[in-house]
Amino acid sequence: MSTTANAQVAALNEIMVPGQSRSLMSDAWRRLLSSWNGRVGLVMITITILIGVLAPVVWPYDPYTDSNLAESRMSPSLQHPFGTDRLGRDMLRRIVHGTRVSLLIGFVVVFASGAVGILLGLFAGYFGKAVDSVIMRLMDILLAFPAILLAIAIVAVRGPSLENTMIAVGVVSVPGYARVVRSIVLSVRERDYIDAARMIGVSHGRIMFVHILPNSLSPIIVQMTLGVGSAILFAAALGFLGLGVQPPIPEWGAMISDAIPFLRQSPYLVFFPGMAIMLTVLGFNLLGDGLRDALDPQLRK
Amino acid sequence: MTQYIARRVISLIPVLLGVSIIVFSLIRMIPGDPVTVMLGERARLEDIERVREEMGFNRPIHEQYIEWMGRILRGDLGTSIINRTPVMDELRSRLAATIELVVAAMIIGLIIGISVGIISAIKQNSWIDLTATVGVLLGVSMPIYWLALILMYALAVNRQIFPPSARLDVHLDVTRHTGFMLIDTLLMGDMSLFLNALWHLILPAFVLSTTVMPILARMTRSSMLEVLRQDYVRTADAKGLRRRTVVIQHALKNALLPVITIVGLQLGGLLGGALLTETIFSWPGMGLWTYRAILSRDYPIVQGAVLVSATIYVVVNLLVDISYAYVDPRIRYQSQ
Repeated sequence: MSTTANAQVAALNEIMVPGQSRSLMSDAWRRLLSSWNGRVGLVMITITILIGVLAPVVWPYDPYTDSNLAESRMSPSLQHPFGTDRLGRDMLRRIVHGTRVSLLIGFVVVFASGAVGILLGLFAGYFGKAVDSVIMRLMDILLAFPAILLAIAIVAVRGPSLENTMIAVGVVSVPGYARVVRSIVLSVRERDYIDAARMIGVSHGRIMFVHILPNSLSPIIVQMTLGVGSAILFAAALGFLGLGVQPPIPEWGAMISDAIPFLRQSPYLVFFPGMAIMLTVLGFNLLGDGLRDALDPQLRK
Repeated sequence: MTQYIARRVISLIPVLLGVSIIVFSLIRMIPGDPVTVMLGERARLEDIERVREEMGFNRPIHEQYIEWMGRILRGDLGTSIINRTPVMDELRSRLAATIELVVAAMIIGLIIGISVGIISAIKQNSWIDLTATVGVLLGVSMPIYWLALILMYALAVNRQIFPPSARLDVHLDVTRHTGFMLIDTLLMGDMSLFLNALWHLILPAFVLSTTVMPILARMTRSSMLEVLRQDYVRTADAKGLRRRTVVIQHALKNALLPVITIVGLQLGGLLGGALLTETIFSWPGMGLWTYRAILSRDYPIVQGAVLVSATIYVVVNLLVDISYAYVDPRIRYQSQ
């Protein structure tokens, strides 16, 4: 039997055989695993998270005691696969520990800005009129700044630190979520079951959070997945400018800018942290693309 | 159309007002006394008093805002704390440098991005398409300053094919008319100067172009694939037209419309990317200026630069929207 015929039988079974139906989410999960970008992204992120979690066990690192000026800027070798930095610290360990910092920033920023953005988008889309105008006008104002410039300005005022990096990156991410959520709410709001809920006297809050939000999740999940990547990229840019996470916390962007004076002699000091950023962000971008394909009903064949 | 333009321009006013309030509040949100922060702990008392007077910190906040806004509308962005020169004076040359860089990057990005997108679409699933897809994915995930340093190492440090910094060789001088190096050198009629300026522009502009190139390539590819499936393309093929004619004259024109809309949206990314590119290539534009002003706590410059960048961004997006509505009349009615 050809594969298409197989697929047709499977599709028929899905409809005809009771008890074998799958939930929306398990269905999406299956489609995610069948797409190459979803699979590769999932594997890359799993590895990244594992590295971050296992870092203190497998590659213990202390920014102070690990420095050894006698081993300053050694080229990559078996003992130091990524070489050593200006202070003789093993770059592999620093990069591995940078994973923890970047993942922390990525997840915290996405959850915080996602929560704020989702709330604003829900309120704007559900209540409409004045609420909508005020909220979306505020978002337009935030979007009027080139994002990096706004983030830098926030850090310039509050001073560079891990927390302020998250705040700055979070603030510039909020409008994206608000816009996405609002646009879905606008369409979901018009469905019959929402009218029905309203008619039997369900409260606004319950309609928003129990009826509308769960039905708007797909684009939000995609946006948040892609958001982790862009938050990491953003925070690293701030770190690179010296306006992000401060030493001695090992941070990828800061590692790159530390290495600029030695670009001629030790280009590997620039190369490896940048690869770490790119591969991590790539993982989230791939997963985001995969999720979009898996969750978007319009793309289903 | 006039109605549409009027509506869009009016909707701009609250946004610009909000932008100005944020920029105005920035300095005032500095914890502690902003003047002491700007001048440093060991500043003389009379200097502190003078700057405080100058910036109007002694008066009520709403008076300060109205006064500040009034000065800005008259084209006065204040005085640099460090150089004691008007912010507006330096802004012109800085802005010209950044515009030159951004426009060059946009041109490179459009040419390469659109070409790659077309080729990937025509040869869907070929090795070229696959390479382009991987390139696009890497391009979106790559930190631009990292690419800048890698290219600088490969092309300017290790092999000195391109100059690593500045807009012109140090010993050369140009009389500035427009502030755009390429135009000024041409006005002087000196070809070697022009080539020198062009040589300095290529590497930073290419680096900056990678912020838009992947998105343009991806958009062009998907838009092109969509159009190539349309009936009129099949008709053109069936008529026996050459494939090249069909692709370029029939498909491309329609495929490019959605691509052009995102050009305006990419400007914010370009301005942000310009900041990173300029710091690496010592390109004397707005980004480097803002960045240095932040490090030296020269807040009037930070305010001026952020305000101007945001205004440019908003206005360009408005122009893009209007031109798009001009090309596609459906837009005008949809947004009513």
